[in-house]
Amino acid sequence: MNFVRNSVLPVGTVLIGILAVWYAFTVILNAPFERDQAARANTTISTGQLIENTMAQERPVLPAPHQVAAEIRKTVFDISPTSKRSLVYHGWVTLSSTLLGFGLGTLLGILLAIAIVHSRTLDKSLMPWIITSQTVPILAIAPMIIVVLNAVNITGLLPKAMISTYLSFFPVAVGMVKGLRSPEIMYLDLMRTYNASKAQVFWKLRWPASMPYLFTSMKIAVAISLVGAIVGELPTGAVAGIGARLLAGSYYGQTVQIWAALIVAALMAAVLVSLIGLIATFVNRRMGARA
Amino acid sequence: MSVVTLRPKAKPMPQAAKNVIDVKDLSLVFETNDGPVNALSNINLSVDGGEFVSFIGPSGCGKTTLLRVIADLEQPTSGSISVNGMTPSEARQKRAYGYVFQAAALYPWRTIAGNISLPLEVMGIPKAERKDSIARNLELVNLSGFEKKFPWQLSGGMQQRASIARALSFDPHLLLMDEPFGALDEIVRDHLNEELLKLWAKTQKTVVFVTHSIPEAVFLSTKIVVMSPRPGRIHEVIDCNLGSERTLDIRESPEFLEIAHRVREGLRHGHSYDQAHL
Repeated sequence: MNFVRNSVLPVGTVLIGILAVWYAFTVILNAPFERDQAARANTTISTGQLIENTMAQERPVLPAPHQVAAEIRKTVFDISPTSKRSLVYHGWVTLSSTLLGFGLGTLLGILLAIAIVHSRTLDKSLMPWIITSQTVPILAIAPMIIVVLNAVNITGLLPKAMISTYLSFFPVAVGMVKGLRSPEIMYLDLMRTYNASKAQVFWKLRWPASMPYLFTSMKIAVAISLVGAIVGELPTGAVAGIGARLLAGSYYGQTVQIWAALIVAALMAAVLVSLIGLIATFVNRRMGARA
Repeated sequence: MSVVTLRPKAKPMPQAAKNVIDVKDLSLVFETNDGPVNALSNINLSVDGGEFVSFIGPSGCGKTTLLRVIADLEQPTSGSISVNGMTPSEARQKRAYGYVFQAAALYPWRTIAGNISLPLEVMGIPKAERKDSIARNLELVNLSGFEKKFPWQLSGGMQQRASIARALSFDPHLLLMDEPFGALDEIVRDHLNEELLKLWAKTQKTVVFVTHSIPEAVFLSTKIVVMSPRPGRIHEVIDCNLGSERTLDIRESPEFLEIAHRVREGLRHGHSYDQAHL
């Protein structure tokens, strides 16, 4: 009952609200086309018929939710996952690049944070570059990363994953610098009275103290990794992946296909972020957090 | 007791040892943005083995700073100091003392047993001996049965007891305590004072104790060091030995009140001296 009251009810209410607005805009945005059609055919169209038609166009300006749902059902469940028309296939291509990029980015972010926390010189010299790296528009740099890596014979999954890495290392590095510096002076003094080595201070104090920061930044990093993977597929003429699907959809005016891909990407992001959240809850429990 | 054997270089101190701590002409100046601050000025002090010495004084008198100098957490500007006949740095490296902070400073992600195990892990003591030490020291502070609890599940007084058990876990001969009961209410504080006294009698450690409570200092100490601020210095050292069989009732006795009066006078005098010179 609690689950229903605390999760299903509020989320469901917002969902119904979104669907209502979506349907309203479907009618508003698709109506001009229907009116043009009617005018061209010199017929009049009743309001009821107009509304019905706006939700059943083949290439609507804004497809109705049930059209998108039908497209998702068709491309996810009805078509074999090995087919190039299956969203499962495209989703998997994007997901694998997301996860590889996210893994590498998280690792890179943690390593950078460790280096920065332990060296004043690196703190001064690296941090400005890390921040600058994120001011470069990823859309501009993505094709170059892929071209450059292609030139040195790195092809396939890795170049795309590098774009996710490029985006995802940043929140992890910044979060972990903060996390590794979070122990109070008293905790550090305590370690000093035990004559603990730097490695001991790291593993017994800084690392466990930084866990909440790590998971918070990993949630941001995984979502941004997915964006990176999709962006990496857009300007590079990729033949597979959610990004390729979006691009193909926009070439051929397949708005239903675009929206289906968008919704699936959003669902994937939600699942990934929730998974990190679950792992965080599990680790927090192990580390004695109040339930 | 087996823990001692793991530190072959640190010989057990005989109980009557002279000069566990020896401070000569020690001064410490903090450089701040508002200019230098004389945190400690011309400190001379010696603490013998088995003594219970309290530093008392108003805030800013340098009592915590002096304790931190003994613990090698601060460096003196001039003068000399020895702990167990070594420099504070050597003493720290040989893990000569256990330090209890104002707050319990238990690591929140470790259980009570895990927290007491922390110094032993750092010192590379094998698991079986760690287990023995945890059980023995939890019993010493009356916390047996709380091994698997996390710090937040314990009251403030219990947390501070756990932190004392942690400081004792590797069996140091010197216990440095920085206002350990300052954040606790008076009822809990009285109770812990009694327990600390029993613990001191049982373990025969040398204790250096920072406080700003006169009854606490008089009740616990064999020697009270009255300090005064600006510059931080020792105003007076008052001997105080109310016998080993002390209970809280002793605080009503004439001897107790007499010493408490002397401490209070010393503190007041330290202050007026201060005002006359500023």
